[in-house]
Parts: sequence; C-alpha cells; structure tokens
Amino acid sequence: MQRATGKMLPDGRRLHLHHGPIDLIIDVHGPGRSDALAQAIARFDTVLIELTAELEMLRSATTPETQFKGAIAARMQRAARMFLPTFSTPMAAVAGAVADEILAAMIRETKVDKAYVNNGGDVAFHLGPGQKIDAAIAAATAGRITIDASDLYRGIATSGWRGRSHSLGIADSVTVVARDAAIADVAATLIANAVDLPGHPSITRVPASELFADSDLGDRLVTTRVGDLTTAEVNHALDRGATFALDLLNRGLIGGVAVELNGQTRLIGAGITKTIQQGSLAHA
Amino acid sequence: MTGKPQPAPEKLRCGACPVLCYIADGKTGACDRYANINGQILRCDPLTILDRRIEHGGDLVPFLKAEWDGAPINDNDVFVTAIGSGTTYPDYKPAPFIVSREIDGVDFVTVVTEAIFSYCGVKVKIDTDRHLGAEGSIVRAQGEEIGHVMTSEYGSQMLSLGGVDHLTGGSKSEGRVTCDALMNLCNKRAVEVTIDNGATVMVQAGKAPIVDGKLETRMRVGCGSATIGMFASQWRNLVDEVVVVDDHITGVVSEHQAGKVLGWPETGIRIIGRRSTPGRYFRVAEPGLGWGGTDIEDPLKILGPWNPKKGARAGLTMLMVSTTGEQFAYYVLDENLEPRQHALPTALEASVSLIEENCEPSLCSVLFVGGAGGSLRSGVTSNPVKLTRSVQSLRTNVTCGGAPVYVWPGGGITIMVDVTKTPENSFGYVPTPAIVAPIEFTIPRQDYRNLGGHDDQVRSLRDIARHGGEYSFDIRSIPSPRGGN
Repeated sequence: MQRATGKMLPDGRRLHLHHGPIDLIIDVHGPGRSDALAQAIARFDTVLIELTAELEMLRSATTPETQFKGAIAARMQRAARMFLPTFSTPMAAVAGAVADEILAAMIRETKVDKAYVNNGGDVAFHLGPGQKIDAAIAAATAGRITIDASDLYRGIATSGWRGRSHSLGIADSVTVVARDAAIADVAATLIANAVDLPGHPSITRVPASELFADSDLGDRLVTTRVGDLTTAEVNHALDRGATFALDLLNRGLIGGVAVELNGQTRLIGAGITKTIQQGSLAHA
Repeated sequence: MTGKPQPAPEKLRCGACPVLCYIADGKTGACDRYANINGQILRCDPLTILDRRIEHGGDLVPFLKAEWDGAPINDNDVFVTAIGSGTTYPDYKPAPFIVSREIDGVDFVTVVTEAIFSYCGVKVKIDTDRHLGAEGSIVRAQGEEIGHVMTSEYGSQMLSLGGVDHLTGGSKSEGRVTCDALMNLCNKRAVEVTIDNGATVMVQAGKAPIVDGKLETRMRVGCGSATIGMFASQWRNLVDEVVVVDDHITGVVSEHQAGKVLGWPETGIRIIGRRSTPGRYFRVAEPGLGWGGTDIEDPLKILGPWNPKKGARAGLTMLMVSTTGEQFAYYVLDENLEPRQHALPTALEASVSLIEENCEPSLCSVLFVGGAGGSLRSGVTSNPVKLTRSVQSLRTNVTCGGAPVYVWPGGGITIMVDVTKTPENSFGYVPTPAIVAPIEFTIPRQDYRNLGGHDDQVRSLRDIARHGGEYSFDIRSIPSPRGGN
C-alpha cells in the first residue's frame, strides 16, 4: 500500500505531497521556508490515515452534535455545521480542511512571509504583514482574486459539476473566498448545488453511488451532463445560486463568490470589488 | 418471476491507499488514479508513473511498462519481486503475479505477492555491551508499548518488537505507533525507542546505535575474561597486573588461567565482586553506561585493599582497561599500596589499541519475522497446506523482496529476513494495522502443478514486463540483491 510521498516539483520551488486521493502543491516564502516545508511533510504523513479512521462518519449527513477525534475531521465538522440546515456532509470540507491543517502546521513557530497549500483548487494561505496573494479563477471567464494581509480571508475554494467532486447543481464553477479553506470548500459546494434548474429535461443526473460506490452523497442525483439552456434559464439558475450565496454572505460565512454558468458570471459580495475582480490578465 | 436476475457487476476493493475504495467496473476510485477496468484495478495516471520513476531512482534500476524498450530480458538477470505487486482481494484469487522463469534449464515458477502480516514483528540486535535495560523490560516508541527487551546475546542487546498483541491487541494508538515503528525499522529508517528503567536508543538497521544520545562505535572484543585470554602474552613483562573491566565477567591477568600458564606472579590484588573461577569475577558493579557496560566511571572502585602478603608492593604497575579499549588507565602503587594514576607507558599503548582494533563496529541489525501461513497461501495454490509442506521440505524457496529468508522449523511458514538485504521501501502497511511485506515463492513448475497451483495463471517474465499486473505500473525490476543469480 502506498505511503504518503513528498517531492519537489521540477521548478525546485514547490513541494508536491501525495497520498491516495490527496495532492497538495505547496509554496513558502520567508526565512523559515525549509522548516515550514519540513513541518508540512511531517504533518502530512498521517493525514490520510487519520481521515480514514473516521471516514464512515465523515460521509454521513452533517449534524450539529457529531464529534470527531481527528484534528482534520474536527475542522471539517466545524465548517460543515456552520451551513446547517442546508444538507451537506463533512466531506464537503475535506480538501479545504486538509489544506488548512497543513498550513497551520507549516507556520507553527516558523518565520514565514507568505505560504499557500493548494489542494486541487482549494487553497489555504498565510499572509504576513504587507503580503498579498493573487489567484486566477479557473473558469471560462477567468477572473482574479487579490487578497492582502489586511483582509480577513485565508481560504479560496472552487466547486462545480465538472470538477472531481460530484455536484447536485449545474454551475460550471463557483469560487468562494472565506475565512479558511474548509469554510470556502463547503460554501463553494453548496452554492454550486444551488445553481440549478430542478426537473429540466436537458440535465442528466444519476445517483452518486452509481458513479462512486462509497460516495457520501449516497443515492442523491448528481449532474453528469448539461445540455442546451436558454439565456433566461441560465439567468434563472444563476439567480437561485446568487440568492443562496447572498444569504451566506449576510450570515458572515463567506467574503465573496464568483459563480459561472454557460459563460455568464455573477460576482457577489460587499467586499467584492476588493477581493474578486474581473481580471485584466484573464487571457494573458 | 422466471429467470434469475443478472448478478451486479463485481465491485473491486482497491488496496492502493488507506481509503480502500470499492470501485465498480469502468469507474475510478476517490483518487481518480486507480480504476476498475474489466475487473482489474489499474493505475491510470501518467503523472504518478513519472513520480514513481523519480522516486525509485538511485541504486535501483526500475523499469516500467511505459518505458520498457522491448529489449529481451534475461531471466537470470532479473528477479521479479513482490514489492509494489499489490495484493488481490479476496485472498483465494490467484496472486498478482505468477511468473515463469527458466533457471539452469529448468522451468521455475515464482509466485509473487505482497502479504499482509498481522502476526509479525522485528528482532533487533544492538551491538553494545552497555546496559540498555533489564530483560523483560518494556520497550516504547512515542510513549506507546511496542515490545520488550529479550535475552541478550554475546556483545549485543536484543529487543523483540511488534507482534500481534501490540499491533491489534492494545489501544488504537499503540497499534498505529507499533505499525509505524515496525515499518520504519524494516525500511531501514531510524526509530527512537525508550526502555522502561533503561536507556533511550536510536535504532537503524545497518547503522551504529545511539544510546542516550551517544553514538556507539565498537562492540567489545569479548568479555573481560576472553580479553585476558587473547592478550595476556602481549602484556607479559610490560606491566605487573591487568584488569579488564566488564559488566559480564571482569578478568584479572595474574589470577587468570591465561596468566598462570605464562607464569604470571601474584600481585595481592583484590576485586570486589563474585568470583567465578580464578581471575574471573561476576557483578563487579551494576550495569550502566560507564566502563565496559558497568555503571562505574572510576575503575578503582572495584578494587579492595591490596595484600602485601600475596605480592603487593610499592611500585607495582597495573593497567585497567574496558572490553572495547575505549577506556583505560595506568596505575602505580605508592608506599601505602594505594594506586596512583600515571600516564600510559608507550609500550602499553599498542596493546590497548589492539583491543580497540579487534572490536567490530557496533551495528543495529533488524530481522523481520512474520508468519505467512494464513490465507495468502490460497493465492499461491488451491491446496494451501501443500504449499506449507513444500516450503518446509525446501522444495519451494521463499524470498522476501528477493532477499533470502530463514524458514523456521515446525508448523506454518514463519520466515525471518535481514531487512538490509531487501530493496528500499519494501515494507508497507494497511490501516488494520498490519505490515505489508513482499513475499515470493519459487518452485519448479512441475511441483507447482502437483501442489495444485494456479498453473493457468502462469505468465512469462516478458509478458509481465510488457503488460503488468493488477497494479500494472507499480512493477519494478531490480538486480537481485543477492548479487549473481
């Protein structure tokens, strides 16, 4: 059986940690760089084992009461329960929570100016005084996110039905900025679920369990194909997602969100001009 | 209703990582790397293949299906090891690889699998005469109980670590820490263990032990008595008395048989301790990290008053030395027959360094011990007990990652292997927790048929290189660790 592995990417700069379904790309700037990378590697060693120990419960619907032993599982639970009563499982936060946990291990007692842990598009980052991070939104109408140290937000996550996780909705991509990556991860998943046209004949859905036997979504129908939609239908679906996202925003759960469907984009959030901007470098 | 419903296509359990996904035909697991393709778990991610090649660089010569240039493979140059072969589930399915090779003109079959050992552990030999802990003391890693101190051997302390009671019989954390320690030791990595009421030791196969932060360099040349026996003639006429301080048997040359033979005169020395036979003393001090594995820093503490009636006199010279030659001191008796330390005369330096030279380097050795008598035998043959008997009668040769194993006599297939002879990272784990070790059974093909082997599953080495197995891209081929063959 595979063990966790870690190696530098050919650029000699970024560290790639891999174990089973987890791939992390990590970069660090600052005098504590090598310590931080060493701490990332050390912490990563048991991450997957810790998660598998409580996997069954993590795949069950989120409840307010469930308690987990593992640090990452606890992060997942904490993030998922913030969104109740909307259905989710703690697994909706898994990628973000792993990124948060590794980042936390990296900056423990190290001198780090700036660091990020990218877990397949769900990113946790650390910004020292005066630092900022630029991120490209990977979607057709690519935008950019710029967050500086004075902002509250330290997590970005992206979700959509074309991505690796299955979605109940039809959003091509939902990118969320939140206080940490675990919260962003759950929010992106749930907003993507909300971008939907229930019962629309152009949308093909199959039970999640048919695609992946162990899916946390069980027999819930997940999107496998989105056919032709009229502009009005696209707007209607986006409105549904935007309404849901606005509620999360008003509850203080997220900082901003970019939702995309069929080339149309909605940018939502009071701090949106600050955090998410339509990028001039989109096609660079 | 008429007719039976079609059985649902079989879902396979992927054992590539601890998530252990069930994967339906045509689907991938949670990682998107492994897929169930026509009832086979296949790896389908080229990035990882590349990673593996980088990862396994160095002294191994990997070849992968993707990179094999088609050149013929000489059966005698290559031994397919079970490392990375994967295991099949359930066990009664044929093992991942059953390979035919021709050895000296005879068709042999090697059955290759990675076995999950719940009943396994390591025996650790630590070359030091320092006292690490009393026999039976608990050995811990990260505070968890992982084994105990067992009977010491000549010049070495022995630990027995792991085993089913620690792996699965204790708390979850105990199991995980034990599994981790075993895997690291087997993969030749350093593991720190602490012994209750004893020392903290850094153990790494093939490396010198570090005892309480101090690197051990040599193991003793022999016990104190043996040292006297070896070097008595070289001390004759250079010094009046020699005491070799040792936790086990402290030797005194003037009283020792070796000295008597040389006509060594009495010196009136008195050793505090239990006399065994002339010139040999047990228990001169408590065990410890001082001279010769005792707790003493000042060797004079083991001496009683000198007896002038038996030869003690002013000006009498004495060398005291430890069994490794690392500690030594030279004394001359004064008017009151009290030993006074002086510089070691040049003439004696050679004999002290000769003791040092004769000491072998201190090493830790790690033997993996596991019982392969369980269901994995079904992957080899449909009649498991026949495999056991064939192994016991030496018809079937067992190897572990290509390394030779010792098969214990008696029932079952309990093997013991020197982990330094296995390739890098040969050992893995499953979350059970249990250790996954490679194991290969090599047997003449005719015998393989006779014991009910999966003969229809036998494939040529070339075919395996070309097409791989269930975890096809994980194959690697290495030069035999034994050299030759």
